[in-house]
Amino acid sequence: MNAVTQFVSTSLRRPPSAVADSGVNSEYLVRIAGLEKVYQTKDGNDIHALQDINLDIPAAEFISIVGPSGCGKTTLLKILAGILKRSAGDVVMRGRSLSGPSRELGVVFQAPVLLPWRTVLQNVMVPIEVQKRDRAEFEARARQLIAMVGLSGFENKYPSELSGGMQQRVGICRALVHDPSFLLMDEPFGALDAMTRESMNEELQRIWSESRKTILLVTHSIPEAVYLADRVVVMTPRPGRIVDVIPVDLPRPRSLGMQTTAEFGRFVAGIRRHFSSAGTLNT
Amino acid sequence: MSVDSKLLNRLAGNLLLSLTTFVIFVVGWEVAVRGLGISKIVLPPPSAIAVAFWESLREGELHWHLAVTLYEVLAGFLVGSIGGLVLGFVIALSPAMERIFYPYVVAFQTVPKVAIAPIIVIWFGYGVASKVVITATIAFFPLLANTIMGLRAAPQDQVEMMVSYTASRWQVFRMVRLLQALPYIFVGLDVAIVLSVIGAIVGEFVGAKAGLGYLILQKNFNFDMAGTFAILIILSMIGVGLHGLIGIAQRRIVFWMDMAGEHVVGA
Repeated sequence: MNAVTQFVSTSLRRPPSAVADSGVNSEYLVRIAGLEKVYQTKDGNDIHALQDINLDIPAAEFISIVGPSGCGKTTLLKILAGILKRSAGDVVMRGRSLSGPSRELGVVFQAPVLLPWRTVLQNVMVPIEVQKRDRAEFEARARQLIAMVGLSGFENKYPSELSGGMQQRVGICRALVHDPSFLLMDEPFGALDAMTRESMNEELQRIWSESRKTILLVTHSIPEAVYLADRVVVMTPRPGRIVDVIPVDLPRPRSLGMQTTAEFGRFVAGIRRHFSSAGTLNT
Repeated sequence: MSVDSKLLNRLAGNLLLSLTTFVIFVVGWEVAVRGLGISKIVLPPPSAIAVAFWESLREGELHWHLAVTLYEVLAGFLVGSIGGLVLGFVIALSPAMERIFYPYVVAFQTVPKVAIAPIIVIWFGYGVASKVVITATIAFFPLLANTIMGLRAAPQDQVEMMVSYTASRWQVFRMVRLLQALPYIFVGLDVAIVLSVIGAIVGEFVGAKAGLGYLILQKNFNFDMAGTFAILIILSMIGVGLHGLIGIAQRRIVFWMDMAGEHVVGA
């Protein structure tokens, strides 16, 4: 709770205009200020999917968002990705207000969302083709990424020939191929079995530490959020809002074995408390 | 390797089964017609049909009629399906066009083409042109309906994925919607090609100077039932052949999908 008030007060002290002037030199990559999303139901009622969301994300930070279904975490991610319009507030990236999809973003979705008529390599190259970047140059990068996630030799296979975990890894390569500075991940491992999920978590930590990308991961798994994140943002529903931001100062690199330590357990318990008290226990 | 041989075994088994069924059916037919003393004018035995089939193949006359009907089928199919495809794109891409055109299209579709065939023959004459037009009106709708449906079939998550990578509307169309529409368009083509054979024959029945439909009427008039049946066999061979060609094209072009036609529209 303290973290929230502290964070809100610091972000209020810096008006967005001053931020815009400071440009690239600002210490954070993305600032979310006063963000709201209001849906109207058929009978004219307003539903606050997101209410007064404030968050500063420094460059190269790994941030996790946890919360039960309906807390607006996916809505927040879709607004950041430029797929959904916000109702109020601002999203500022490198001093510029975001008003739609950005070439600086890479998005990993809940489902792999691969195009079935494209091979693995062709799927990874989708952002390059869309953004009309140099194909030869980025194809080399695409092949490196495919190798990094352990899919060497599968470049010319079609998605239907891959397992779910392999498909999701292709989705991660696609999100990284155009070298975005900000990676958005919407419950990317939700559909995977526990074993695959753990190894994907390890892999993601490695990708993050090697690429130094800024990553925002939406998940409903508290251990996954703690294991990966520098800070865990806790959201609750009706209205969707941030109730806590918890810095996770566990040493890196983190091992899967760390999840059984008391320290790790304290972080998990601290986050879970928010949901049990709100009567929306999840996970 | 073992999967391949299993598949081959199954295919061979299927072929054997359908061959056996065919032989039993034909022999049963022959025995029944002879045993019950059914007149040749009512139901000719398979042997008589086979003879008639062989003889009409040897006569040069049949080739001409076959060529005429094939031409009508293919030309009508091309004109009708290209028309349906083009209007389908227009309607799927523009809600305004949909409001303007679609009510007329549906109204036109509800009119049985057999009923307007005589009018078309009067307008376009007893020659090949009227058959092409009749066939085209029949081939048109399956393509139209399937093209519209296909262009709207792109899953929302694929569109969102493209948009998140800053794809323009045109890029989403070219890289996703068009390809998602292909399986539907092939279903439309498959339905249209089979209907095209019917369209050409209906046109020839109404009034023609040549073609397999014309030949059927002539043979029927002379009580040449074996000859009529022989032409029916040729017609079904045309239908099966064209359907097979579309199937081959589909498997090559829409290779990522093994769809069997569960989305048939406008049949």
